[in-house]
Amino acid sequence: MGSLSIPPLVRLTRLLNRWGVHPEGRKQLTADTDLALVPLPDRLVLPLSQHIGAPSRPVVKAGERVLRNQLIAEAQGAISAPIHAPTSGTILSIAEVPVPHISGLPGPAILLEPDGADEALPAVETDPFSLSGEEISRRVAQAGIVGMGGATFPSAVKLSLGQKTRIPTLILNGGECEPYLTCDDRLMRDRADQVIDGARIILHAMAGSEVLIGVENNKPEAIAALETAATGFPEIKVVAVPSRYPMGSEKQLIEWITRREIPAGGRPADIGVMVQNVGTAAAIHRAIRFGEPLTRRIVTVSGGAVRTPRNLEVRVGTPLSALLDFCGGLKENAARYVMGGPMMGLSVASLDIPVIKGSGGLLALLSEEVASQGKDDASSGPCIRCASCVGACPIGLMPLDMAALIKSGDLAASVDIGLKDCIGCGTCSYVCPSKIPLVHYFNHAKGELAAQDRAKVKQDAIKQLAEARTARMEQEAREKAEAAARRKAEREKAKADAAAKAAAKKAAAEQTPASEESPA
Amino acid sequence: MNVISSPHAHGARSVGRVMLLVMLALVPATLAGFWRFGWPAAYLWLVTILSCVIAEAMATRVRRIDTGRALGDGSAVLTGWLLALSLPPWAPWWIGAVGGAFAIIITKHLFGGLGQNLFNPAMAARVMLLISFPVEMTQWLLPTPEALPGAIDALTITFGAGVPDAMSSASLLGHIKSEASKGVLLDQSLIGHWAAGSFSVGERQGSLGETSALLLLGGGLFLVLQRIITLRIPLAFLVGVAVPAAIASTVAPDNYLGPLAHVLSGGVMLAAFFIATDYVTSPSTPLGQWIFGLGCGLLTWIIRTWGAYPEGIAFAVMLMNATAPLIDQYTRPRIFGRGRDGRSLNPAESR
Repeated sequence: MGSLSIPPLVRLTRLLNRWGVHPEGRKQLTADTDLALVPLPDRLVLPLSQHIGAPSRPVVKAGERVLRNQLIAEAQGAISAPIHAPTSGTILSIAEVPVPHISGLPGPAILLEPDGADEALPAVETDPFSLSGEEISRRVAQAGIVGMGGATFPSAVKLSLGQKTRIPTLILNGGECEPYLTCDDRLMRDRADQVIDGARIILHAMAGSEVLIGVENNKPEAIAALETAATGFPEIKVVAVPSRYPMGSEKQLIEWITRREIPAGGRPADIGVMVQNVGTAAAIHRAIRFGEPLTRRIVTVSGGAVRTPRNLEVRVGTPLSALLDFCGGLKENAARYVMGGPMMGLSVASLDIPVIKGSGGLLALLSEEVASQGKDDASSGPCIRCASCVGACPIGLMPLDMAALIKSGDLAASVDIGLKDCIGCGTCSYVCPSKIPLVHYFNHAKGELAAQDRAKVKQDAIKQLAEARTARMEQEAREKAEAAARRKAEREKAKADAAAKAAAKKAAAEQTPASEESPA
Repeated sequence: MNVISSPHAHGARSVGRVMLLVMLALVPATLAGFWRFGWPAAYLWLVTILSCVIAEAMATRVRRIDTGRALGDGSAVLTGWLLALSLPPWAPWWIGAVGGAFAIIITKHLFGGLGQNLFNPAMAARVMLLISFPVEMTQWLLPTPEALPGAIDALTITFGAGVPDAMSSASLLGHIKSEASKGVLLDQSLIGHWAAGSFSVGERQGSLGETSALLLLGGGLFLVLQRIITLRIPLAFLVGVAVPAAIASTVAPDNYLGPLAHVLSGGVMLAAFFIATDYVTSPSTPLGQWIFGLGCGLLTWIIRTWGAYPEGIAFAVMLMNATAPLIDQYTRPRIFGRGRDGRSLNPAESR
């Protein structure tokens, strides 16, 4: 195991500033279960927005037959990702259906009816190390790979950035600090060689010099498996980090491993680091070695209400209900369904919603598991200023003051004390004895600010248009006036010329008789 | 469709549970107080808490706040409890009643209720009582567990005549202050009045709950272990009292009381662990809590040493309460990725 030598001063700072929380892990429910592939459902639902950035654009039509790994929607814009068919079958339609989205609103998706043959496009094997960095980025982009840790940022964009600026360090995020989730743990244990190979491919593409794999120390089996797989690659080190939420957050993990902080508003590249999730590394391995696009992922199905919680390999687009059925259904009524982990996951109202590229978990939680947090706002009490949130915030914010300012409508003041630095990890809400839904306030305020920004951009554009119009009209008026003046001047000049001519003529005529009339 | 915000887990005790644990931590010292000062102390404790509870019920009713919920969180009971512990044990019932009502109505609800008050309700009430009723508030008696009045006789003390003159005596801090004003040097005035051993277990004059320094320390450490409070404020408070006392008593032992006598007498232990650590009226930032604790301790020592009152904790805590919002503003933690000045870190430096 890679041992990090930590200077005493850093040790002391870390001791004094013990951010984060230790939620009950509940990982033992699923950590030791074998992976199984969920059978094909009747219908796959493939949302066009499975990533951060512009939604992809369908390139297939209803009724068309597609093969597994065939492109069905292409990337659109600089930050976007294509989507591929997870199995062979017929495109039913492209429609608005319930999709995983924070708003709970439906979104556009391609509906695919599997034909059961699971017929694939021919596979193409390649030696990754014969490819250039640009070519690897291009292929990763074509494979539709996005950040599998949940952020779903298109991986190729990160890789290209790595080729533009020199980034020496690749950090693989194997933190998996969310309670319940063990999909990354399972991946690291069962497919450590894929993870390591993926890491080497990324390192090759970015021309970096070292790989640090950060894994929380509550996953000793994963650490051991990775170390075995990394034998013979001295540039790869596995680093055990403390199990503490949110250690798997990019900022926290980088800081813990390298003691460098991403500047506020900056990116990991600013401090010479690229971070990829372990799942992303495995996906890149498959895409580059075998030309397989991202159409499957590992999902943890867990929670107190699930009969047999376990880890599943799932085709993207499979409805959540199929996952739950495969796990034997519910043994008790679930108080809440959550996609992702309990700390940052999305509560979903319908199990028709499909698994997408960033879905790491489906939780069916009992009411005692969710406690009463957030059930209804009325259950929260007044803030008693206990400052638990201040101590727990991994960013060093004062959530209690930010929430008070937002409550009083002063969004600008809450930005002044760090609202935009908030990573939305939920630690503050988790520790609040008054059950104040702090993250809810912050997300609301961030949304409000974004809307204000958009409105401002729109207003500015309108203002610019109006100003341009006024300027144009003024210009036109000026030009008209000038033209009129010019014409007038010309006329007058002509008149004067004519008069002069006439006068000259007259004068001449006085000497010799006129033969011609001058023009008026 | 019902969209529920994350997180979908909660890991904190409720406010009511926090208050309950604080009360639990106060039980040993309170029982010791009852044992030493007898039934009148228990009656006073009960009256003060009842007064707070009634005042809370009335105030929430008037303000149209859920009364059941407000009483359920236990904050009113705790306020009454802490106020009772800071009163002379045989004070007449109306001292507790007036103090409790003042604490809840004036100090808490007029400032906006739970979480909004600027001053510690128990300390504000104690200061009000001390200024308004100096005689009743300075009648101390030496604890005599073996010669206490019975439950019935005690009623006449709490609800009637008050402390018999014969039993009343000065506290250590009051005694040395009055002796010092007569020009008596400290080594003389301390004779028969100060012994670390008896002070730490509570064999001394003082408020109902402040005498057993060791039991209060135990209760405070229990709260630290339960992670209800941190050591920041208590430790800083004790340092703030003890360090100046140590320096002064080393330089001029005839005039200044030593650090141990300061820490063990009056309400230092009670205040350091239970009063100054009040969430609402202390700073929220770690650095701010150190400053606040030091300020409380230092002011306590200054008021005790040079002020007109022999005991200065309530004043010290209230003064520091007033500065807490300001302290918070200037001691905000550094935000990740930013410098102390709030500007984004320069990547070239951190790289």
